[in-house]
Amino acid sequence: MAECISIRNFNVAFGNTLVLKNIHLDIPCGQITAIMGPSGCGKTTLLRSINRFLELSDHVTIKGEILIDGQNIYDPQVDPIDIRSKVGLLAQRPFSLPMSIIDNVAYGLRIHGMADGKDLHRAVRHYLEMAGLWEEVKDRLREPAVRLSIGQQQRLCLARGLAVEPEIILADEPTSALDPISAQNIEQRLLELREKYTIVLVTHTVRQARRLADYLVFMYLGEMVECGEASAIFSNPQHELTRAYLHGAIG
Amino acid sequence: MNPQSRLRRRLARIEETAFLFLMRLALISVVMILGWILATLLIKGMPVLSWELISQPPQGGYYLGGKGGILNAILGSLYLAAGGTLLALIAALPVVFYLTTYLHQKTRRAALIRLALDVLWGIPSIVYGVFGFLIMLSLGLRASLLAGIITLAFLELPILIRGMDEFIRTTPEELVQSSLAVGATPLDTTLKVISRQTLPGLITAVLLAFGRGIGDAASVLFTAGYTDHLPTSLFEPAASLPLAVFFQLGTPFPAVQQRAYASALVLTIIILVISFISRWLISRFNKYLVR
Repeated sequence: MAECISIRNFNVAFGNTLVLKNIHLDIPCGQITAIMGPSGCGKTTLLRSINRFLELSDHVTIKGEILIDGQNIYDPQVDPIDIRSKVGLLAQRPFSLPMSIIDNVAYGLRIHGMADGKDLHRAVRHYLEMAGLWEEVKDRLREPAVRLSIGQQQRLCLARGLAVEPEIILADEPTSALDPISAQNIEQRLLELREKYTIVLVTHTVRQARRLADYLVFMYLGEMVECGEASAIFSNPQHELTRAYLHGAIG
Repeated sequence: MNPQSRLRRRLARIEETAFLFLMRLALISVVMILGWILATLLIKGMPVLSWELISQPPQGGYYLGGKGGILNAILGSLYLAAGGTLLALIAALPVVFYLTTYLHQKTRRAALIRLALDVLWGIPSIVYGVFGFLIMLSLGLRASLLAGIITLAFLELPILIRGMDEFIRTTPEELVQSSLAVGATPLDTTLKVISRQTLPGLITAVLLAFGRGIGDAASVLFTAGYTDHLPTSLFEPAASLPLAVFFQLGTPFPAVQQRAYASALVLTIIILVISFISRWLISRFNKYLVR
């Protein structure tokens, strides 16, 4: 297993409350890793530590290392801006930027000077296709993005994230705000993207993890309880808590 | 249903009706006061509001009832308020962006700055006038359009900063994060996302500041002075509408006093027109906003 993200002795506290306790974890490349656990177990905190979003919160203390391609992203020399263009984030609720559909996708491209003119249009089309949205919006690219349905907006956010060519995609319960059909659509995209990207998915539904995950991490009260091949954990969980969660006894 | 809960429900209904009555009463009084002011201006000012009044500066003997108009004050006020707002805006934007973007987490320091600005907002404009006068003297300037503009900028600054600040603080945190998530810097996020999202609010703040600037008499009294000539230079004194109202109302001649009402009407119309323009601007940008 080639690991892409290595989390080493990672501790996070908000004020005096320790929310991640000594996390030690390797996330494999080119697979979907699902982080699962009941609310408040720290799974979102763990996810947001991978793109250095934690430091946006007040009173947060971070200890430990996260290595991406062997580089510690918490090294003081590292610019969080660089990390965030390498690690994309699909949030729980889609937030389109206050601009047109095309400008939403072009936003990152323009900021990083990655494309302009004709190339820009071609790139926007490419990423909208990857997100499975092109056919629905190709005649209304100049319309405000907020006019799209919430499910379409989530795919637009995916296209916006893909456009800056990240290596890793973090997805924080990306279907929890969506209707079942849109949710299925997003899951389909994630399965397609697995070949090219390392995807880390936070989910609290066992069924979604079953459908998508190659690799599984189970967390409980800020600690990592168990991790391993998804199929192995689903068929034979090693830890009592994991077993209870999979059977719906806790969470 | 037992009698006790029935009684409570009746009481709740009476309470509701009483409060509704109070709210309507308050609303009607506010609207009536506004209507009263407007009606006074219209009734007293309308008859003397003429093309001559708004297209000519005062001629000899104007304040005794002679010919001429208040073009000097109209132009002076527009220059003063526009210049003051522009100058204040140039100073306010970096402060606002710094306050909302970079001091975001240092809540204590930000709170202190906001407190200072709120105090500044509350300072009477005559104090700004005196302050501007002292600055003017120390710079060796005399009463002039420029000194008036600088003083108005001081007066408008806290309104602009706190107004824009409050609007920007309504931006959803997730929207900011959507921008940061693709590797945008805080500056990119502020300039390309937050300012677009809050543009209607920013325009409203500018309008608020402009309104305060154009309507203020005390701060320009010493600093811009007053003159019957049209403003042609930054270094010459300039007239303003509030002072025109004051001086005309101060004369013993009813005909001139009526012109004071007409001048106040002109001032009100200017503010109305600017409100309409900004509302139109806001509606143009509203469709992109994320809610």
